Amino acid sequence: MNLIISLIIGVLFSASLFLMFQKSFFKLIIGVILFGYATTFFLFTVGGVTKNAPPLLNEAAIAVDQLADPLPQALTLTAIVISIGVQLFVIVLLKKVYEEVGTEDLDELNTTDRIK
Amino acid sequence: MTDTIPTLLLFPLWVLLTAFIFCVLSWQRAKVQSAIAIVAGFLYLATAAGLFMEVYQNGIQVIQIGNWPAPFGITLVADLLAAGMVLISAVVAFAIILYSLQDLSAERKKKGFYPVLLVMMFGVCGSFLTGDIFNLYVWFEVMLVASFVLIVLGNSKKQLEGAVKYVTLSFISSGFLLTGSAILYKLTGTLNMADLSVAIAQHPNQELITVSAVFFLTGFGIKAALFPFFSWLPASYPTPPISVVGLMAGLLTKVGVYALIRFFTLLYTHDLPVTHSVLLVLAGLTMFFGVLGAIAQRNFKKILSFHIVSQIGYMIMGLALFTPLAIAGSIFYIIHHILVKTNLFLISGIVKITNGHYALSKLGGVYDRYPFVTVLFAVSAFSLAGIPPLSGFWGKFILAKAGLESEAYVIVAVSLLVGLLTLFSMSKIWVSVFWSATPESDSNLPQLDGRTLFRRYYCLLLASVFLTLCTLGISFYPDFLISFSEQAAGQLLNPDSYINAVLNQ
Repeated sequence: MNLIISLIIGVLFSASLFLMFQKSFFKLIIGVILFGYATTFFLFTVGGVTKNAPPLLNEAAIAVDQLADPLPQALTLTAIVISIGVQLFVIVLLKKVYEEVGTEDLDELNTTDRIK
Repeated sequence: MTDTIPTLLLFPLWVLLTAFIFCVLSWQRAKVQSAIAIVAGFLYLATAAGLFMEVYQNGIQVIQIGNWPAPFGITLVADLLAAGMVLISAVVAFAIILYSLQDLSAERKKKGFYPVLLVMMFGVCGSFLTGDIFNLYVWFEVMLVASFVLIVLGNSKKQLEGAVKYVTLSFISSGFLLTGSAILYKLTGTLNMADLSVAIAQHPNQELITVSAVFFLTGFGIKAALFPFFSWLPASYPTPPISVVGLMAGLLTKVGVYALIRFFTLLYTHDLPVTHSVLLVLAGLTMFFGVLGAIAQRNFKKILSFHIVSQIGYMIMGLALFTPLAIAGSIFYIIHHILVKTNLFLISGIVKITNGHYALSKLGGVYDRYPFVTVLFAVSAFSLAGIPPLSGFWGKFILAKAGLESEAYVIVAVSLLVGLLTLFSMSKIWVSVFWSATPESDSNLPQLDGRTLFRRYYCLLLASVFLTLCTLGISFYPDFLISFSEQAAGQLLNPDSYINAVLNQ
């Protein structure tokens, strides 16, 4: 289970970076979204992935290492909300750029870098 | 246990949040929002000064939100560095709000410039005061999202292009911060900075701690525009109106630098030869490549933007040398830089009003027509280049002295060379904007004489004069700021007082 999860996180990170290196706006958007998923998923797994254990400790002492730590899950919620906000901003921004500049190629967004 | 809760810590945050709410309530009414913003700017300055005095006299102030004990609850801490940064951010914010009253068009104000600006200051102030790494991430996001909006406000083509780069890289940097926090939490089981400092020192697996340090170095490095990550800054900063650039150029990268200083003095001191050597190399490269960029440019705002990058190198140099004097030098340099850099951008805006351009080839004759503006520029420009007796000289002098004392001759040589190149690129602005003959004027531009300029744009000039007076203050009476920097550096290098203040409340 842990191996699969770490592989998924690795694939998400590399896929998102690969997509962000492409020229197309659309791939950039997908890349940003996947990057957000990768970080939040990583944060989520930090709490430990366990099955069939109640979320609260009771008197019938369950060993603590069989329980998932709830704090990273709470942090994950916060991180998801923030990254969704930023992703929406990116989508609207790129739509606006497309309307204004009339291109869909990131390499053509170079007027601010020219020396003149 | 203290009897009174140190609520002074909450006042700056409270002022900004309340002002934001009032601004949103008066949406679309530019005049009401301007009035609220200027009052809020003044109150923020007053409360920040109050907090600073309290910390300076009575030591570190801590507040646990909701009275949850330290490693579990949300902690706000103000040590000398944090309080100093809050105060200087308030000074700059006040100047910017004053400047924006006449700089921005009513249309931009109606689109919500003031509410967003107040939220951004809220995020900046929170980033300085928080004592918890996850909260730091959240404060950073508050600040970043607000800055995204500020940078595209007005929707010009250049702004949008710059914003794509800025937003994407900022998002990646936040991802790195979050991943770094996750690793640290997995390793130590805590997110409170004071508690982390103790836990990291006792952790058996020091190599993994260094891995998390790399994540934070990258995340904050992108925010602070360190060497390999700085390309977003000159691409996006020159695009929005001056009121926005001035604030961002002055403050936002310095929040990244502040976080680096906090993390690499309080948390990551376990493996100094590795972490701080990397920082030292990055500092040298940042200085050098930043100033090379500035030399190549021929646009007022772009030269100033590249200077930000090279100046960040000096601040990180002090942190990397890691002696009391060097860190004091860093702190002095940050405060000097925030004042001077903001002021230079404000003056570039005033020059633009007179000529309608930022390109050096189309500017000229400002010295003939507006000697007063020239004096304002000269103070800031020569201070940035490090001409004695202005404030930049003291910063560079302390850093060079600290470098020589710790026998880091290469970085001192680089920093002096970069100082020279900074002076060269500043003199390019000086010669072509202020000394050269007035160029053929565009017939559609009104020709203002000095007196009309002052009468019509007095807010712009007042803001610039205010910052210039602050610069002159720390230039001619540097004793207070130097002793403050030394005390703040002392607190940073002996984190016991910080840890005790947070954990033994």
